[in-house]
Amino acid sequence: MTLGSRDRYVIAIDQGTTSTRCIVFDRRGQLVSLAQQEHKQYYPRPGWVEHDAMEIWRNVERLAPLALRRAGITLDQVAAVGIANQRETTVVWDRRTGVPIGRALVWQDTRTDALVTALLAKPGATAVQERSALPLATYFSGPRLRWMLDHTPGLQQRAERGEILFGTMETWLIWNLTGGLHVTDVTNASRTNLLDVHTLDWSPESLTFFGIPRAMLPEVRPSVSVFGTAAAAFPGVQIAAALGDQQAALFGQTCFTPGEAKCTYGTGSFLLLNTGTDLVRSQNGLLSTVAYQVAGSPAQYALEGSIAITGSLVQWFRDQLELIASAPEIETLARTVKDNGGCYIVPAFSGLYAPHWRSEARGVIVGLTSYITKGHLARAVLEATAWQTREVVDAMNESSGLTLKTLKVDGGMTADNLLMQYVADVLDVPVVRPLASETVSLGAAYAAGLAVGYWPDLEDLRHNWHRAGQWLPAMDAGLRAAEYGNWRRAVERTFDWIQPAG
Amino acid sequence: MPGTVQSIERAAAILRMLAGGPGKLSLAEIARSLDLAKPTVHGILRTLQGVGFVEQDRVSGHYQLGAALLHLGTSYLDINELRSRSINWADPLAARSGEAVRIGTVLEGRVLVVHHVFRPDDTFQTLDIGTLMPLHATALGKVLLAYRSAALPPARDPFTHRTLTGERDLSAELTHVRDAGWAADIEEFTVGEAAIAAPIRGYGGLVVGAMGISGLVERICDSRYRPHARLVGIVRDAARAVSRDLGATR
Repeated sequence: MTLGSRDRYVIAIDQGTTSTRCIVFDRRGQLVSLAQQEHKQYYPRPGWVEHDAMEIWRNVERLAPLALRRAGITLDQVAAVGIANQRETTVVWDRRTGVPIGRALVWQDTRTDALVTALLAKPGATAVQERSALPLATYFSGPRLRWMLDHTPGLQQRAERGEILFGTMETWLIWNLTGGLHVTDVTNASRTNLLDVHTLDWSPESLTFFGIPRAMLPEVRPSVSVFGTAAAAFPGVQIAAALGDQQAALFGQTCFTPGEAKCTYGTGSFLLLNTGTDLVRSQNGLLSTVAYQVAGSPAQYALEGSIAITGSLVQWFRDQLELIASAPEIETLARTVKDNGGCYIVPAFSGLYAPHWRSEARGVIVGLTSYITKGHLARAVLEATAWQTREVVDAMNESSGLTLKTLKVDGGMTADNLLMQYVADVLDVPVVRPLASETVSLGAAYAAGLAVGYWPDLEDLRHNWHRAGQWLPAMDAGLRAAEYGNWRRAVERTFDWIQPAG
Repeated sequence: MPGTVQSIERAAAILRMLAGGPGKLSLAEIARSLDLAKPTVHGILRTLQGVGFVEQDRVSGHYQLGAALLHLGTSYLDINELRSRSINWADPLAARSGEAVRIGTVLEGRVLVVHHVFRPDDTFQTLDIGTLMPLHATALGKVLLAYRSAALPPARDPFTHRTLTGERDLSAELTHVRDAGWAADIEEFTVGEAAIAAPIRGYGGLVVGAMGISGLVERICDSRYRPHARLVGIVRDAARAVSRDLGATR
């Protein structure tokens, strides 16, 4: 590939749960080079998940020159850097030395379980949930910060004196990139339980409720705006965007219009529906979240349906049951039979997320008969992902009053042709895959390029979106209804499995 | 008869031991039983592990036969695995060439399409994953024929007046494909369309599939009715990139 020496590029830093990647994109939104580094996962106790924030920052420093070298470009050819990050992971560090206080608490960490139960019983809990448009849950970063303040001697006092700073991953990275700018973006801030989703600033009442000093919080900025100029990793380059990873994927899929939705199929899956400038409050288990905000424009909101177990069910099938040697072989095995044989798997491994939110539910395999083979089980594994998507889409349609017409998909599981066809069949809408599987990074790059004028407007970004594959619904309506009925009966059988202690 | 290769004999002995033994064996057990130095056995085991013939237990460090041995003889690469491993290279190929991308393997004397990326112009197109195409009349098929010592399919229908149906013509064409490292079909399957394809190699360089682009002949070919060198270059680069990921050059 020959690149003109005058060409300019945009770089995305994708700070994910298991790895950090730096990706160089060209004007057509095509991937030019990629550098990736995994970081260590710490599991000090059951339910605890931690990262070393310093290790992650060092990885960014290492990856930056590598990505440039692999693209054959120099820093002066980089128009902007954008950040997409794992959401809700919580870092606290010393303002003076820049050294983290303990490890970062990762979004999967459930140590705040008891704390959240106690907070829910406190007066004001309803108002906090109302203002943040989020349930009080272990998923979000506010309770995590409270936990850190409670469990580190002297930390509360130091925070009140302004010596200690809090941030999610993008805040930590921007602090290090710029050498001391303490900022966050609206999408990440909307996942803390601390933001007022209408004023888009920290809610003083919520901060009081949590006992969190304002002095330790970053300034909330629009997602698409110039945050500052990098002094490290990409010295001299403007940092022009920050978004939570799922919001970045929505942006990368160019879902800029209300009613447009994407689903990212990974370990878990996240379906986000753009609801425009209206914040839609769901009565049926979806989260309301900020989708993005372009500087100088009103924020765009989204409804989010989070499914805990999708790709990880295939991993379980491979690693724990050992019925396949590699994840893609699930499709081969599933194709040895023509249907599920009456068997359904509901993977409520750690309860059910959207739209049920039943933490006491546990997984079931139902419909077992002597007829069932491992092929039927493989089908049931794939179908579980499709039906979970259907439940979230139904809840979205109901909450938003919008009707999903097409589902844009991305993520590793989109390589599974049988699954994608089944998703189209059970949703009864076309499922389309774009010609860019790295939508999280692409979204961060798009947002940064837009902020500095590398791309003129959202319409221009839409022109970069091309259909790489499409699956059209082909299932008989009667069969679809019958199968959905069976699935729902299977889901009911997961409820109330874990009994309250005592 | 030429002399034997000692390390291969030792590797065979190790495999027999692992196949005959009751479950997993440690490095020390294998070395002791065969009366070989541990570093020697370790080197052989590492190599066998690299080609998938041996697996090492993550916890105990003990060795057992690998999954690849079970598929030996079918030169097996799961087609869904192939799609999954090539998807990140097929997309950029479609973006750079502006044409549709297909990946194919052999199934019962025909080309099975295992992956298909639309031509990136947002026109209506239909995924043809799972469809079958003739080996002798397509670029993908010619690549698969050229690198597989499989006999030519006995029935070779003429799809256009340019389809190569004669045994001598096809053999010469396949020799040419092997020499060049890529294949083309120019209006041999569908009038007005042309295609370019290159081999995807797995472990040890074995060809496990073919990857290529297809489109209108005036876009694929130059004024002399020959495939554009630029397109041939990016097809071969993409196929090499997939091969690298599959472990072709280790």
